[in-house]
Amino acid sequence: MMTLPEEEFAEVAADVGHGRVPSRTRVVAGRFFATGQGRLGFALLALMFLLAFAGPLLYPWSYTEMDFSAFMQPPSPAHWFGTLQTGSDVFAVTMRGAQKSLIVGLLVAVVSTGVAAAVGSVAGYFLGWTDRTLMWVADLLLVLPAFLILAIMSPLLAGGRWLLFVIMLALFLWMVTSKIVRGMTKAIKEREYVKAARFMGVPPAKIIYRHVIPNLASLLVVDATLNVSAAILTETTLSYFGFGIQPPDVSLGGLIADGSRTALYAPWTFWFAAGGLVVTILAVNLVGDSLRDALDPGGRGSA
Amino acid sequence: MTTGTATGTATGTAPVLEVRDLEVRFGDVPVVRGVGYTVEPGEVLGVVGESGAGKSVASLAVMGLLPRHAKVSGSVLLHGRELLGAPEKELAAVRGDTMSMIFQDPLSALTPVYRVGDQLAEAVRVHQRVSRERAAERAVELLDLVGIPNPRQRARAFPHEFSGGMRQRAMIAMAIANDPDVIICDEPTTALDVTIQAQVLEVLKSARRETGAAIVLITHDLGVVAGIADRVLVMYAGRGVEAGTVRDVYHRSRMPYTIGLLGSVPRLDAGRDVPLVPIDGSPPSAAALPPGCPFEPRCPMAIPACARAEPPLAEVAPGHSAACVRSGEIGEPRPVPPEDVPTAAAGAYPGVPPPRPREGRAVVLEVDGLVKHHPLTKGAVFRRRVGTVHAVDGVSFDIREGETLGLVGESGCGKTTALMEILELARPERGRVVVFGRDTAALTPHDRLAVRRHLQVVFQDPLASLDPRMTVHDIVGEPLVTHGYTDTGPRVRRLLRLVGLEPAHAARYPQDFSGGQRQRIAVARALALEPKLIVLDEPVSALDVSIQAGVINLLAGLADRLGLSYLFVAHDLAVVRHIAHRVAVMYLGRIAEIGGADQVYGAPMHPYTQALLSAVPIPDPDKERRRRRILLDGDLPSPADPPSGCRFRTRCPKFKVLTDAQRVRCVEEEPAVRPLEGDHGASCHYAEKLGVV
Amino acid sequence: MAGFLLRRLVNYAVLIAVATSLAYILAALALDPRSNYEGRSPRPPAAVIDAQLSLYNLNDHTPLIQRYLRWAGDVARGDLGRTWNGDRVDAELRRRLGVTARLILLGLVIGGVAGVLIGALAAVRQYGWFDRLSTVTAFLVLAIPTVVLANMLIIAAVWLNDHLGVQVFLVSGEETPGLEGGVGADVLDRVKHLALPTLSLAVGQIAVYSRYQRNMMLDVMDADFVRTAMAKGLRRRTALVKHALRTALIPAVTYFAFTFGSLLVGATITESVFGWHGMGEELVASIRSNDVNMVAAISCFAALAVLTASLASDVLQAVLDPRVRVG
Repeated sequence: MMTLPEEEFAEVAADVGHGRVPSRTRVVAGRFFATGQGRLGFALLALMFLLAFAGPLLYPWSYTEMDFSAFMQPPSPAHWFGTLQTGSDVFAVTMRGAQKSLIVGLLVAVVSTGVAAAVGSVAGYFLGWTDRTLMWVADLLLVLPAFLILAIMSPLLAGGRWLLFVIMLALFLWMVTSKIVRGMTKAIKEREYVKAARFMGVPPAKIIYRHVIPNLASLLVVDATLNVSAAILTETTLSYFGFGIQPPDVSLGGLIADGSRTALYAPWTFWFAAGGLVVTILAVNLVGDSLRDALDPGGRGSA
Repeated sequence: MTTGTATGTATGTAPVLEVRDLEVRFGDVPVVRGVGYTVEPGEVLGVVGESGAGKSVASLAVMGLLPRHAKVSGSVLLHGRELLGAPEKELAAVRGDTMSMIFQDPLSALTPVYRVGDQLAEAVRVHQRVSRERAAERAVELLDLVGIPNPRQRARAFPHEFSGGMRQRAMIAMAIANDPDVIICDEPTTALDVTIQAQVLEVLKSARRETGAAIVLITHDLGVVAGIADRVLVMYAGRGVEAGTVRDVYHRSRMPYTIGLLGSVPRLDAGRDVPLVPIDGSPPSAAALPPGCPFEPRCPMAIPACARAEPPLAEVAPGHSAACVRSGEIGEPRPVPPEDVPTAAAGAYPGVPPPRPREGRAVVLEVDGLVKHHPLTKGAVFRRRVGTVHAVDGVSFDIREGETLGLVGESGCGKTTALMEILELARPERGRVVVFGRDTAALTPHDRLAVRRHLQVVFQDPLASLDPRMTVHDIVGEPLVTHGYTDTGPRVRRLLRLVGLEPAHAARYPQDFSGGQRQRIAVARALALEPKLIVLDEPVSALDVSIQAGVINLLAGLADRLGLSYLFVAHDLAVVRHIAHRVAVMYLGRIAEIGGADQVYGAPMHPYTQALLSAVPIPDPDKERRRRRILLDGDLPSPADPPSGCRFRTRCPKFKVLTDAQRVRCVEEEPAVRPLEGDHGASCHYAEKLGVV
Repeated sequence: MAGFLLRRLVNYAVLIAVATSLAYILAALALDPRSNYEGRSPRPPAAVIDAQLSLYNLNDHTPLIQRYLRWAGDVARGDLGRTWNGDRVDAELRRRLGVTARLILLGLVIGGVAGVLIGALAAVRQYGWFDRLSTVTAFLVLAIPTVVLANMLIIAAVWLNDHLGVQVFLVSGEETPGLEGGVGADVLDRVKHLALPTLSLAVGQIAVYSRYQRNMMLDVMDADFVRTAMAKGLRRRTALVKHALRTALIPAVTYFAFTFGSLLVGATITESVFGWHGMGEELVASIRSNDVNMVAAISCFAALAVLTASLASDVLQAVLDPRVRVG
């Protein structure tokens, strides 16, 4: 049995922990905010959140109230964005719609990215039958027309069951990411640090949790961001056709559908909702793109 | 900034290419800082240096092929005509015609979607007004000239259908298509196996004979330069630090860096008892150069003056210049006296008793008839199985306590597959793996974990083998945590110290370390559980020469002090020579020769070992030019379809001189490793000793 | 090779069968064709409604499994069944497929070609003014959902028509019914109808393709083989077009096949907003009209289109890229 020489086992007094390098999060944040694109995206997104969540608290009208003294009125100090045919306040309903879109978008992104990470990494790490089964399910969901299925299910969503809607949306958004995750997991599995962990006896679940997922973190963060805009778009489109968020709740898609009919003579009924949607998606996309650059210093666009 | 020029010794002839004060900056970072040289017709100039020395960038600058954001200044004269700043039209007319270039990685250097012949014909038609048919014909001739069999048929192949050696031949063919006056070769053989390297260097020599072109050969391999170059320019941190004839630079080095480089390179002609002399530290980053001589922080001979100003490359003898204030003192021809240079860890430790005889020591690893086949699939889109790769096909060896077995062979020989099969600790496809006396076929998961404790691994690429998201402390502590230790802190600090790192650096991430330090971290992790056997997969091949020596010495020292056994897998025979007690040479999934290192290197018996050893260049121009090189024909046969009988017979130089009656045996009977002298064995029916080093 | 393809095709067939069955079962559970008849005035007698529904295999009083088996048997024989009011589903689908193909083909081709050109140009002059402009524009365009874009186009066109007093763009349908004036007038009328929907499809495609192609081009522009081409003596421009663009086109072409397949059913918004009676519009209409058999047929077609497109893009890739070509 070997023994390490005595002098090498002598306790080292050196204090570990000094001169700690800046944490990765701070480095990434620094790079993110170093670009105009990142700052703009973050500012726009923050603004949308502020307006959507804080705005209604300070605003006299709620989205359910109707002003029977003002039908189809243009913007005024009383109704910042004007009113609809029903007398609803456009600012109030638009902010309510933006709220819903943002919440739905964020939740869907988190759920679908989570599913994608779990399915993709398990399939890519274990391969064989596990992989074939999981990827077959992914293929099946890819082949199903998501829009049609979601539309058929829409009656189930009536009565404020929008959380179910979130789950349904997420169910149709994870497949492509999971295939990418699977591919990258296969590559990471061949990386020597995973082999090293395997050969020192670390169990597979721990390897996935400790080595695979953390090294996919950048991909997952970026993907989650982009899934936010994909979810908002799908929600809007469904709502546009009346298959999404159901009345009495409002959504941007529904507002745009109604507004497009009156847009020619009452532009405020269309443009505020449409503008809010465009700004939200633009902000999310800008944040996603800047995050990608910030997380991947070797990547393009950071030169 | 002061600069110097490596002026030619032969006077009278006008230089083909003259480079003066060449500087290249990327943004604010000076990558090349005043490089100058001249090349005369038919001359070979070797440009050597480690990665980051700026040698490739300098050569791309000469060709005018750097990206647009690079700022280039100085002067590049081709036949006296200035190329720097010349309009693109003029440059394009010169490139590929008067001056051509060969790149390092021939796979990525050829356009994947065009046929090789068409790409060659394109090179012809850019500069010569010939018909499409004539150009195609010329392409075939060129392929024939560089020794590609069936050139007419091979011209219709796509680059990915060529082997590495064939691609590099095609690149050479492309470079000589228009009979150039200068060929710049950027690491032309670095991506190739050593026997293929020997072939390609031969082709390069004949290309020079055919065209009479001057060659600028950029490489990090001191052995290659010793064999082929007339003059040498040594580069460090973006500039030339020593220049002169090859014999002057190698035997009468005047710059401590050159001396250090020559002292740290593993040599085939020096064994385990001759320790390598590493250079302390690592090369400076181009973005943060020290104020004085860039080598000063690493230089064992530095004096205060060195840190003040950067010395110019000045003539120290006729035709020999060096950039060192003390070059005058470094007068006499010598190999470096070891006491001049502090050693980090010497190879032999006086306190360690000489090992007991081999027979008396316990066997830690026994591999018997190991077989691993895997399916060969084809097509990325329409993936399907087209055959079976006989990656490992009956390999046997054993390793005893305190012993290092070097498993060597070229790429595709199955050495890495064999190693992975051992590390899996599962029942092999066929054969037996016995670790510490326990057959892996019979291990329960619990037993397997217990065995893993004493069997550790170090991989090739130190960056890839360390999880970038974990601190050094977590990395080195991972095996400890996995095997149930709780308070890992003190032990991790001890381990870091053991491999020569600052324990205080445990909180850092792998990317904060240099290549050599990262490999030390990987070694620390392997040592954490006090293993008996460590498997090393090409542990130093990703490192620069000056760093490599330190890691080799560390490994050798640890083995001696801690009584470790190593299975050391490598393609570099010179590295193995410095660390292994015993050597096994693999070819196409089988062992060609196995035995004590001194026997195998000193008197190899298998024709493949002989050819392999003869192909490894020795960094000594006199020795290297006296050696007889055994060139092998063609490429490695496909491991999916190995030749019948002896697998080496298709390329065997001995097979060629056998009588037909003798050959029958080679074709029909697969030779087994048979002991020839003590435990030295070779799998050849007609083995005989031959000194080649 | 043949065995491999066969296995892949069998897998595709299974996927389509499972996907279509799932869609049928979901639709049969969630949709209510009975309400279509009950909503009529005068309201037909229950027995008549039952008879009609049973005739079209839509009767919710029949157990689902029975309806499913009958439907599946018919489909296996190539009969996609009837719509809720008795039309043949396959005839209707065929008609609508023609409309959709006419709608998306031009938009996709314009989008693909323009996008590739813009992306390649932007990459060649990375960080130049054109690159910045195209990047910013692409970002803006990608943030505008088709719903908003299509409506914006209509608003703009109506405004333009009003101001000019001439009907420059026509915003609804594929052609003006009962138009007289010969072939020339007919073509002009179709172009006027086609312009806006084509634009609404193409703009998004251009944005996507230009970003994609820019990245592909940047990947290969620094590749060693482009440097080799220049070392041979080719000028930068020639090397970029002949060697870099040719290689970077492969993913764009394969992606094109894929987009085409998914848009066959996916142009829902454009078709609905511009009143084109194509597949996408029918998808929405069939759900609104509780048309179970139509929903199932569209799902089947969508699955078929996606898989065919993915197969086609694989084949295209194999044709264009010798590295993955079958040996």
